Amino acid sequence: MSLLSLSNVTIRYGRLTAVRNVAFSMAEGEILFITGPNGAGKSSLLRAIAGVTPPAGGRIDFEGQDITGRAPEDIARLGISMVPEGREVFGSLTIEENLLVGTGMHARERGWRARAAQALDDIYATFPILKDRRHTQAGLLSGGQQQMLVIGRALMTNPRLIAIDEPSLGLAPNITDQVYERLIGLRAHRKLTLLIVEQSSTRAMMVGGRMILMRGGEVLIDGDARAMGQSEAMHAAYFGIGEH
Amino acid sequence: MGSIMQVVFDALSLGSLYALGALGIALIFGVMRLVNFAHGDVIAFCVFALLWPSVDAVAITFAGNLPWFLLIPFVLCVGAGLSVLSEVVVFRRFRHANPATMMIASFALGFVIRYFLLMLYSSRPKSISLLPALSQPVEVFGARIPLLQVITIAVTIGVLIGLTQFLRRTRFGLEMRAAAENFTMARVLGVRANRVIMGAFALSGALAAAVALILGSQTGTANIMMGANVMLMAFIATVIGGMGSLAGAVIAGFLLGAVATVMQVILPPDARAFRDAFVYGAVILVLIFRPQGLLSARGTKERV
Repeated sequence: MSLLSLSNVTIRYGRLTAVRNVAFSMAEGEILFITGPNGAGKSSLLRAIAGVTPPAGGRIDFEGQDITGRAPEDIARLGISMVPEGREVFGSLTIEENLLVGTGMHARERGWRARAAQALDDIYATFPILKDRRHTQAGLLSGGQQQMLVIGRALMTNPRLIAIDEPSLGLAPNITDQVYERLIGLRAHRKLTLLIVEQSSTRAMMVGGRMILMRGGEVLIDGDARAMGQSEAMHAAYFGIGEH
Repeated sequence: MGSIMQVVFDALSLGSLYALGALGIALIFGVMRLVNFAHGDVIAFCVFALLWPSVDAVAITFAGNLPWFLLIPFVLCVGAGLSVLSEVVVFRRFRHANPATMMIASFALGFVIRYFLLMLYSSRPKSISLLPALSQPVEVFGARIPLLQVITIAVTIGVLIGLTQFLRRTRFGLEMRAAAENFTMARVLGVRANRVIMGAFALSGALAAAVALILGSQTGTANIMMGANVMLMAFIATVIGGMGSLAGAVIAGFLLGAVATVMQVILPPDARAFRDAFVYGAVILVLIFRPQGLLSARGTKERV
């Protein structure tokens, strides 16, 4: 059974259609890149999955449960954690406070305090720089540190699926390498399912896994990232060759 | 020395009132981007909750007769309850409306509360004796200060410390701060929107009740318009402080209290009647030089 599946998802902002009849599904533990040029509808898709922008049509299922149009806080409880574009740290909160926000939803469960403390230790072990600066206001961190913080913050909710919008945006290539190294490590370690949006497909081809190429709100190609790297069709789709 | 102390205490107690009022407005603005103009009428409602409904000129005391340790929690609960009720009945419907629409809804709600009081109690101001023991003067650094002023200031400081600790140390406080900065992101992390917003309304209502208790004891009257003046000053304090900044609202509240008190002393006697015009003039000056307010809140981004 697939963990996440989208069928005929359409997203509109007023009269503008950002995503048109998109369908795909993900298996547990899979890594899926959604790539495509600006305005392809990648971010809108993530926002729909997280419940931030409910789709105008279609259906989204998570673990066989219909989650279409449910509130973001309910979707978070089911185990989907989204890291939005532009990172969105709580700038006036400290690093540790940022990390703890997502643990509150488990507060009714027995032993949540111990588990939250354990999760915090895990995040600090993965990203030692966050531990060193844990009482610093998050707004004062560098871009790379903020990226690590928001990934850590998303992990604190103990998700099954983590959806990240442009983790490499605004980061130096070596920092991006570090971020990806951690993500891949976490995937193996926690059996996480990863849904990653990137504008460029080069990262997907380096990391491997599955890749969906979107353009103008529709899925153009869905396949193995490395195989796509060699394909002519992909280049044509990406750069719009032969259309004008 | 004595008269300077008098001015200091006047300024601090007036500032306390404005600061508590401003805090009530800023709390809700922080999580909802709503300027709640019904706040002043919630204050008036809390004062009238002490009286038995009647249109007679003589007030019939009801809850006002309770001993203080019951009276204070009762009024706080009335304020919090009315405030939460207004969220559930009115503001929840406007959550996705633009801020101007929400603001107009809050004006409408304010009128509903005010005319509800008018219907039950008539528009005549009524004299009440709330906590009469507090009007005794006490000696502070050679000045005779009404005990009520000292208590007002102490209570305000206590409330500020308590609220700060609540926001810093509790899980709910953390969720509120996160939601005030970026509501959508907080929800994506599982923070329940309704819970945070209702919590903010409950706190804001309890603050309105605290203002009502102080105002009622200070003036000794219940008047359906009594919240309006505090509300106006408190709103101005939140604007000067930087919309949504709690610390800014408190600082600006005390600043306004200080400016108003000092003007009362230094203005020539003929000009004292126009004190408020001078105060608002100072407000305009501040906003010309710092249109974003003294401490601008970081998260004034729109909610989604």
